[in-house]
Amino acid sequence: MESPRFKPGERVRVRAEDHPGHIRTPFYVRGKAGWIERVYGDFLNPEALAYGKDGLPEKTLYLVGFDQKEVWGQYPAGSQDKLFVDIYDHWLEPA
Amino acid sequence: MARRHHDLGGLPAGPVDQTEHALSDWEILADAVNQALGEKKIKRTDEMRRAREDMDSELYRALSYYERWIASMETILTEKKIFTSEEIDRKVAAFEKKWGEP
Repeated sequence: MESPRFKPGERVRVRAEDHPGHIRTPFYVRGKAGWIERVYGDFLNPEALAYGKDGLPEKTLYLVGFDQKEVWGQYPAGSQDKLFVDIYDHWLEPA
Repeated sequence: MARRHHDLGGLPAGPVDQTEHALSDWEILADAVNQALGEKKIKRTDEMRRAREDMDSELYRALSYYERWIASMETILTEKKIFTSEEIDRKVAAFEKKWGEP
C-alpha cells in the first residue's frame, strides 16, 4: 500500500461535487468538514467495479469523523454527537 | 449537486416501522439467486447498486426492496448477455400460465 495521503487527526473536507454514475459518498456529507479517524487501507474502486471494470488503481478508504452540528446545521447547540462515514480518498481534500 | 433517488439520508421522514416481518419465499429465493451470482463471480454488489441507482425513479419508488434486487439482476444479466429480456419475459409468461398470475 502506498503511504496514505491523510493521517489520523488531519482535517479534511468532502468534495462538494457530483459526477454521473455510481458513487459511495452520501449526499449529506458532501461539502462538510471533518477529520480522519482511521485509515482502513487500499481497496478496489467501487465506482469502477460498478461498471464491470477491475477497480484498479485501488483507492485508500478512510473512516471520517464529523460533528453532527457540522453535518445538519440545526443540530442542538452544545451537542458532542459525532457521525462517522467511510469515504474514499478521491472524495477528500485538505481542510 | 443533485440527490439521487437512493440517497435519502437526512430527508424528513416519519417514524421507522421497526416491527419484524417474515420474508416471503420469493424474497428468500431472490436473495439466494443474488448470492449464487456473486459466488460464481457473475456480478458484484457494486454493479447491483449501480443498477438500482440508474433505475427509473418512479419505478424505484414503486418497487419493494427485493423487487428492486430482481430488477437489478435482470439489468446486469442482460447487460452481460447471459439472458435477453425476451428470454426472461418468455419464462415469466410460461410460469404464469402454469401457476397463475402472482
